[in-house]
Amino acid sequence: MSASAVFVLDLKGKVLICRNYKGDVDMSEIDHFFTLLMQQEEEGLVCPVMSHGNVHFLWIKHSNLYLVATTNKNSNASLVYAFLYKLVEVFTEYFKELEEESIQDNFVVVYELLDELMDFGFPQTTDSKILQEYITQKGNKLEVAKTKVPTTVTNAVSWRSEGIKYKKNEVFIDVIESINVVCADGACVCVCLQVNANGSVMSSDIVGSIKLKTMLSGMPELRLGLNDRMLFALTGRDKGKSVAMEDVKFHQCVRLSRFESDRTISFIPPDGESELMSYRINTHVKPLIWIESVIEKFSHSRVEIMVKAKGQFKKQSVANNVEIHVPVPSDADSPKFKASTGHAKYVPEKNLVVWSIKSFPGGKEFLMRAHFGLPSVENHELEGRPPITVKFEIPYFTVSGIQVRYMKIIEKSGYQALPWVRYITQSGDYQLRTNS
Amino acid sequence: LKVINCCVWDPSGEIFELKAELNSDKKEKKKEAVKKVIASMTVGKDVSALFPDVVNCMQTDNLELKKLVYLYLMNYAKSQPDMAIMAVNTFVKDCEDPNPLIRALAVRTMGCIRVDKITEYLCEPLRKCLKDEDPYVRKTAAVCVAKLHDINAQLVEDQGFLDTLKDLISDSNPMVVANAVAALSEIAESHPNSNLLDLNPQTINKLLTALNECTEWGQIFILDCLANYMPRDDRESQSICERVTPRLSHANSAVVLSAVKVLMKFMEMLPKDLDYYGTLLKKLAPPLVTLLSAEPELQYVALRNINLIVQKRPEILKHEMKVFFVKYNDPIYVKLEKLDIMIRLASQANIAQVLAELKEYATEVDVDFVRKAVRAIGRCAIKVEQSAERCVSTLLDLIQTKVNYVVQEAIVVIKDIFRKYPNKYESVIATLCENLDSLDEPEARAAMIWIVGEYAERIDNADELLESFLEGFHDESTQVQLQLLTAIVKLFLKKPTETQELVQQVLSLATQDSDNPDLRDRGYIYWRLLSTDPVAAKEVVLAEKPLISEETDLIEPTLLEELICHIGTLASVYHKPPSAFVEGSRGVQHKRLPARMGAGLGAAPAAMPASLGGAPAVGGGLGDLFDLGGGVGMPTGSYVAPKTAWLLAMKAKGLEISGTFARRGGIIQMDLSLTNKAMSVMTDFAIQFNRNSFGLAPAGPMQVLTPLSPNQTIDVSLPLSMSGPVMKMEPLNNLQVAVKNNIDVFYFSCQYPLSLLFVEDGKMDRQVFLATWKDIPNDNEAQFQIKDIHLNSDVASNKLQGSNIFTIAKRTVEGQDMLYQSVKLTNGIWVLAEMRIQTGNPNYTKTNGFRDCMQKQMYDSTSVVRFSSK
Repeated sequence: MSASAVFVLDLKGKVLICRNYKGDVDMSEIDHFFTLLMQQEEEGLVCPVMSHGNVHFLWIKHSNLYLVATTNKNSNASLVYAFLYKLVEVFTEYFKELEEESIQDNFVVVYELLDELMDFGFPQTTDSKILQEYITQKGNKLEVAKTKVPTTVTNAVSWRSEGIKYKKNEVFIDVIESINVVCADGACVCVCLQVNANGSVMSSDIVGSIKLKTMLSGMPELRLGLNDRMLFALTGRDKGKSVAMEDVKFHQCVRLSRFESDRTISFIPPDGESELMSYRINTHVKPLIWIESVIEKFSHSRVEIMVKAKGQFKKQSVANNVEIHVPVPSDADSPKFKASTGHAKYVPEKNLVVWSIKSFPGGKEFLMRAHFGLPSVENHELEGRPPITVKFEIPYFTVSGIQVRYMKIIEKSGYQALPWVRYITQSGDYQLRTNS
Repeated sequence: LKVINCCVWDPSGEIFELKAELNSDKKEKKKEAVKKVIASMTVGKDVSALFPDVVNCMQTDNLELKKLVYLYLMNYAKSQPDMAIMAVNTFVKDCEDPNPLIRALAVRTMGCIRVDKITEYLCEPLRKCLKDEDPYVRKTAAVCVAKLHDINAQLVEDQGFLDTLKDLISDSNPMVVANAVAALSEIAESHPNSNLLDLNPQTINKLLTALNECTEWGQIFILDCLANYMPRDDRESQSICERVTPRLSHANSAVVLSAVKVLMKFMEMLPKDLDYYGTLLKKLAPPLVTLLSAEPELQYVALRNINLIVQKRPEILKHEMKVFFVKYNDPIYVKLEKLDIMIRLASQANIAQVLAELKEYATEVDVDFVRKAVRAIGRCAIKVEQSAERCVSTLLDLIQTKVNYVVQEAIVVIKDIFRKYPNKYESVIATLCENLDSLDEPEARAAMIWIVGEYAERIDNADELLESFLEGFHDESTQVQLQLLTAIVKLFLKKPTETQELVQQVLSLATQDSDNPDLRDRGYIYWRLLSTDPVAAKEVVLAEKPLISEETDLIEPTLLEELICHIGTLASVYHKPPSAFVEGSRGVQHKRLPARMGAGLGAAPAAMPASLGGAPAVGGGLGDLFDLGGGVGMPTGSYVAPKTAWLLAMKAKGLEISGTFARRGGIIQMDLSLTNKAMSVMTDFAIQFNRNSFGLAPAGPMQVLTPLSPNQTIDVSLPLSMSGPVMKMEPLNNLQVAVKNNIDVFYFSCQYPLSLLFVEDGKMDRQVFLATWKDIPNDNEAQFQIKDIHLNSDVASNKLQGSNIFTIAKRTVEGQDMLYQSVKLTNGIWVLAEMRIQTGNPNYTKTNGFRDCMQKQMYDSTSVVRFSSK
């Protein structure tokens, strides 16, 4: 059904630790993995599934590790990848950082976790908060309390333990929206002059995420109210602005059938931090920071770059930590910059100019010029045309206009709990194609 | 007890030291020693020599130490089976430990020790753990059954573990249910004929309930299991879909894909005019799009599946072109897949956008991606006729870039465009010819040569161009050689006067100087054609070529159906059926989508290929008449078996026929689905029957009014009469059919359920019944048992009446209901039956002999059939 065995390998392909779950694939098959990978990398056609004979390798890479699952059946591939990513998540929660060293330093716990996370190829309990209740890093010293299975493991509520206590009951709600924009330029192409003036938005969407930090006692029942257009339509209210969400994804804790029938988001939250839901909105967004660029390349002598950035959002709002990444040819040298605000920096290892602006008020416009020398001998290697990318954060604001209307918290002990809401908009995949 | 392996090479004395530490009296020291052993094991050192010493540490109350020892055992037990026995006692003891963590740990580990001798000892502890009060232990034990089955299937069956596992599907704990489902599915997959997962509406209901409560992984097990179920009718199908759709909102992409699989499969049964069908289609798009924001590997799996979904149901994503636009930082495997889907979604409405994107991609640096982008432009031209001109001009622009591989790809696709739109874009040939020298890849050279040969009359220096290729004839690849040969022959046929010498040259190169049999053969054929009958040669070589179409890169429909049933799995990633890459899966039934039809179809295996010889089980036994497994909404009227495949496309030049029989309002009908799996249109259908036992014959001609286009399916209902010629068949209900179309005549045989022949006026008078009953000789009597009918006598009686089996009288004797029934066949023969139903006990037994015995007798005279049950 899924994995026969799971391996963790270092960057040279050496097995650091492994677990054989089913015994139907020879463990030495893993030796072929790295050879295959090298072969594919050479051909430039890396693929997340590789096979050798009738053994299939499904793998992901994380920091300096490869996580590989083997199988010889028609396994559920999406389940295997989802599980490998879950492994990364659990190990990261346990060791802070998942890398070669943390695996080597913690092999006993890693074995214990591998034993608990999957059985005969079937993923089992993978909630790290719950796992931490009975698989601890210090090792069980046989305290009776700890050696019991937390009932949570097999409960229908498998993500929250009973008996949690806080002095002050609070929930912090973060609404974070990321904007993905790909802009192309419909601009004229002179021999060596690229203008990105009347560019058009090729695709744009908003991916939102609602994160919780729950500090509530007991087993609270929560209900979250959003200005969801479908909900408003269902309940017949149309006061105020509503938002049409194209697709919504929920944490395991949310009752999906309930949402399906009446759009109510009801759940018993996991303790501490978690992502409650994410949503996607498919609208044409005006790029919040609009970039116009002119990149003039005079072969054998110099490149001149002019970038204009304009904040296309409310005057009261401020974008923080704005970074504009402008690609430059790999053989460029002797940079010179002039920026109307912030500061520009050349990052030669990434072939980029990074223009950082700490605070960028709405409606304002800034300019940056850069000048690079080019060697007289032309570089024959073809270079890609990486897009200009932009990073930013705008607090107290969501592009979509989504709002938390209420968060109802009911617990049988009847305590009063306070919900706190924060909004922030940030850049996601924010790319502006340059012309060549 | 100690077995000392003296041959261990232990230069550093490490093993010796560890041995001493393992046998230490101090707990802490022991534990540290075991850790060291595991550490050595992890880095690949052989520490199997310490087996007895490590096993000695097993009896500990320290959980962490115990886990380490178990881990060691799993690794080395196989290589030391005799010593592994030493561990059995502790395992058995641990399975009774008051701590459920230890009980589960023991049963989990024991299943992983794949040593035959140990498995016997595992049975008793496993039996207890399967009934453990703690769900954590039960869920672990459920998986253990699958492990044990993998080692010794017979043992598991003998011990009755499979039944216990089936019972766990009704467990109160969702996680136990999920693991039981996973274990059963796993066992069923390796034993496809075990009929383990006999899913029925009751169990389906249990699974759907557990679906809401179990972990994300459990949801995947359950959804994957549901996907194997065949709903009985469209209503059941819809109700399952309704309960599965909420899963599309789960954060775990694998849950979403498994839900998509169930929906894609079951929606096949929903009538297309149903409102719900449209609603469901709309619901599928957003989650599929969202999968593209997942991690790149999951995106890749999603894209490979979307590729299938787009081919099966293009309407789902037709408005979502933009989300497949490639991002600069996408990994190459994602880029290539997106490109493929863009072409599949390309239509007149969005072609401008698509072309602009493709042009953008064609100027990137990644060679493979650029090549594919150029090819994509060509495919767009072929797919969307209105865009052909823009595509050609885009390709010409790209040729101007003079980037070697771009030019070559462009020429390859332009050749295809010429074949799709002959005599339209030949003006570009001149530009193409300018680039002759830069072509160094066989496919591009062959394409260019084809173009020159095909349009030789319009290219002034065609002979020079081809001659230039001829110089290095022997260094060319076969593909180029063959193309060159054909092109020069074409040239000769078009311009015979100037090219005689050239054609002589190429013919002799191909026939005399080549070792390649294909090339030689082709050369000789041309040579003889040209020398014996130049007119015929012209007709052959310059014949009009069939147009190419976009369908060439579509997945073949039956494979596509199978792959849809495997959404999310490796098969869907490879676009290959599991049998192509999983060992030992040959001969396993290929999964198929359910057939779409009207109401009232029954539960039956997914595919039941009707073979021409030998008669497999005939549909329509009494069990079927009862409509076993009923519960969700019982259809009234007579039972109609689901359509089964009667004629397979590969045996009938692309015509596939599936069908069933029905009795509606006293008229017997043959319901047929004709599917055209060939590439050309089929017309002129006709049907005929061979003589048969009851004189069945078509009451009129088969009405297939419109021609059947490729990939189209038409449903036909053919009314039958009983007035045909009679001949006794073996088996009795066998029917041989001939179907004709414009291509050929095809023969197949099928079997109709005998209930088809039960007439409406089959209710015998009570008195006549009594008298007749006595008159029937004992030899004509047969008895059968029918199993698994959860019906009381009244419901049974009603159901049977729907199939024209009439209850004449009923009495109750010693808690048993006795039904007396009569049936009249179309040929006037009566069948009388006595049915005994024990009310308290729902577990009836059923014999399969009913049909055969009954057949023999009912053909001769009136008979008595006696039903009984235990």
